Amino acid sequence: MKIDDFKKINIEVERLHYDRLEKEPGRDWKRYFTFSTDHKVIGIQYLVTAFFFFLVGGIFAMIIRAELITPASDLVDRTVYNGMFTMHGTIMLFLWTFPSLVGLANYLVPIQIGAEDMAFPRLNAAAFWLVPVVAILTIAGFFVPGGSAQAGWWSYPPVSTQNPTGFLINGQFLWILAIFVSGISSIMGAVNFVTTIFRMRAPGMTLFRMPIFVWTVLSAQIIQLFGLPALTAGSVMLMCDLTVGTTFFDPALGGDAVLFQHFFWFYSHPAVYVIILPIFGIFSEIFPVYSRKPLFGYHVVAISSIIIAAVSALVWVHHMYASGTANWMRLVFMISTMCVSVPTGIKVFAWLGTIWRGKLRFNTAMLFALGGLVMFVFAGITGIMLAAVPIDIHVNNTYFVVGHFHYVLYGTVTMGMFAAIYHWFPKMTGRMYNEGWGQIHFWLTFLGTNLNFFPMHSLGLHGMLRRVASYAPEYMFSNVLASLGGFLLGMSTLPFIFNIIISWIDGEKAGNNPWRAIGLEWLVASPPPIENFDEIPIVISEPYGYGKSEPLTLDRPFIEVETIEKITLATTDNQVEINNN
Amino acid sequence: MKIRNILIILGAVALNTFVSLYIGESAYNWLPVQAAAESLLVDRLFSFLVTLGAFIFLGVTGTLIYSMIFHRAAEYDLSDGPAIEGNLTLEIVWTVIPILLVFWIAGYSYQVYVKMAIRGPMEHAHSHQMEAVSVAENREKIEVISKQWAWVFRYPDRNITSTELHLPVDRRVHLALTSEDVIHGFYIPAFRVKQDIIPNHKIDFEFTPIREGNYRLTDSQYSGTFFATMAANVVVESAEDYQNWLEDAAKRKPSAAYNQAAFEYNQELQHPHASGWQTIAPASPPVVNYHN
Repeated sequence: MKIDDFKKINIEVERLHYDRLEKEPGRDWKRYFTFSTDHKVIGIQYLVTAFFFFLVGGIFAMIIRAELITPASDLVDRTVYNGMFTMHGTIMLFLWTFPSLVGLANYLVPIQIGAEDMAFPRLNAAAFWLVPVVAILTIAGFFVPGGSAQAGWWSYPPVSTQNPTGFLINGQFLWILAIFVSGISSIMGAVNFVTTIFRMRAPGMTLFRMPIFVWTVLSAQIIQLFGLPALTAGSVMLMCDLTVGTTFFDPALGGDAVLFQHFFWFYSHPAVYVIILPIFGIFSEIFPVYSRKPLFGYHVVAISSIIIAAVSALVWVHHMYASGTANWMRLVFMISTMCVSVPTGIKVFAWLGTIWRGKLRFNTAMLFALGGLVMFVFAGITGIMLAAVPIDIHVNNTYFVVGHFHYVLYGTVTMGMFAAIYHWFPKMTGRMYNEGWGQIHFWLTFLGTNLNFFPMHSLGLHGMLRRVASYAPEYMFSNVLASLGGFLLGMSTLPFIFNIIISWIDGEKAGNNPWRAIGLEWLVASPPPIENFDEIPIVISEPYGYGKSEPLTLDRPFIEVETIEKITLATTDNQVEINNN
Repeated sequence: MKIRNILIILGAVALNTFVSLYIGESAYNWLPVQAAAESLLVDRLFSFLVTLGAFIFLGVTGTLIYSMIFHRAAEYDLSDGPAIEGNLTLEIVWTVIPILLVFWIAGYSYQVYVKMAIRGPMEHAHSHQMEAVSVAENREKIEVISKQWAWVFRYPDRNITSTELHLPVDRRVHLALTSEDVIHGFYIPAFRVKQDIIPNHKIDFEFTPIREGNYRLTDSQYSGTFFATMAANVVVESAEDYQNWLEDAAKRKPSAAYNQAAFEYNQELQHPHASGWQTIAPASPPVVNYHN
């Protein structure tokens, strides 16, 4: 072994050897309801909370689809319908996709880089416990006079500041407050992730030995750091307009309504990449395992995540082609938007290269990842169409866009999330899930997603607008199909819920590594002990070494204490006493 | 063996090309009728992108399905696949080709966009200077006023107002879009044109209807409670019919038009919904010369 391999040590020396509380996590469910600072407990807390709100948002979606099964507005009043799609979007984004991905990253990142926990465990717990606050604020909208926010999840002024209730505390007020708190929570999380990834990596875990999931979480959280302040500041300004009578965005009094759109999309478009990047990470973890091959072009895939994060900062105006945007902006942002497809395409081809000539096994996780990949390619193609200004001018704000982003958010993100949950379920719980029910879940989800969202493209091309409670009768057929798909998707969650609950309680015991996967998380027990590793591993090779029969970590019993000493002393600035037991 | 593989790949590519061209050609049928000069341009671009998109989608899924059929692991085969970690040539190829494609698509889209903005009805018959003058003179000028939740169209030359948008066929139309309250969107799917209307801004907008008939104008930017009701009829008619309509409308006395939002709002005042959620009151129904 070469000393050079350990040049980039990122943890304090005393962590190599010290007395550990060898506490096993046990099966005590009560700790999930405490202010635990264990990143694994927090990860599960995020995932379970988020999944609950996925079901709530799903019920709203089914109410929307039930209203749209007939052309007339006949199921709920128009105000309630507007509240439904506003809250559906808000909950699905701020209480399902963001927290679920943060939860997964919380669980996996420290183990995958060989750390005992996140850099700031208490900040981590505080960030999580803001999520229930966001949830209460969001749901409270239904219980104040005048009902919940109804301005759509974009909350464009002047509609969002019209306040028909006349009360100071109204649905829109609570909504803005929820977005603000959610922003604070996410910024806290982002600081923690970026620090953890830069400072807490195990010896030998150089940047180019990190699993792609870690790379994508890093890219995504950097976006949070530069993007979220814009939305959070914008939400404060909107709040001032709504409650204390400022006129930042009020055109009647000299404000600029379009300015808010810039604040909003400057974050909310990169937010799409905050969501999709970790899903790319999940795909990059899962395809090698179930194809028994290394990830094709690991370095390029890693770097393309960072490139996507950088380019994502320069594309936001493509949401505003129709907003009275100057010609030069339309054209500049058309080109920058299309450029995102290049690093994204590299990833897609890399996954194809990974699967090509592999030894494929179609476990539930692999099925979800493959289904997610196919739907992502479709969504990417409609995305390029939407980037082209002339086509976007036709389909902007129509169901074509709704179809496109649901292929991303359901077809890719939610499918990828399910893939991740199935893949790491044995690690998280120490139990195996039921494979048969997993596959039933996959087929129901795959069919439901396509039945629900494919017909929307045709509706949009024919000019049906999003956010309408009633529509011209000519649009009815595709809407009926979409609604049936929506109800099917609602049902598809049932086998998942039962499978997960029953398997968690009474599933077959999983070993440390049921998928014969390569990665630090698979070297520890299932579920992992409280501080993850008995001894911090020393990483000596790149990830995804399938078919290479080389070890991932140094077999520690065979190194002498002096060697470790030499390694660590050579690579840290502050010399700290090594505690030899 | 190698030649056989190359032939198989060439065959697959040829088949994919053929199928993609077919799908791209049928994309015209996925869109509404082409009622404006702009729609011809947009549809051609759409068909082109569908062709390219279909080729990529079928290429990727075809490769995936091939692998899924022929590269399954045998049940008790625990061995790993070949440890291929990458291929520099391949990686360069699949970076450079997408970059070229992006510039091709962006360039073509740019051309279409420029054409949409300057296209006049008689551009081929005149030199550029002449054209600019003749086009400007020939434009039919109409004011569009939007409010929660009604459209009013004003023909300034005749001082007529209407809740139906009448347009002469084959003539460039110049609209001045304004909003009295929130952001609305002007959208006629059959024309493939859309523009947000920002309060306190007058937005100029142009297009050229080319097909007589009845079309639908809708509000394309969410504008509050009765957003979905905010639609208007668009009638494209011959120059003669258009003149007759203008003269007929000029003779009519202004009266209050039917307005769906105001109608529903009044009904709710009498029979409030159980939810009790409030709404902004709609503007009073527009008083116009022509309505139906």
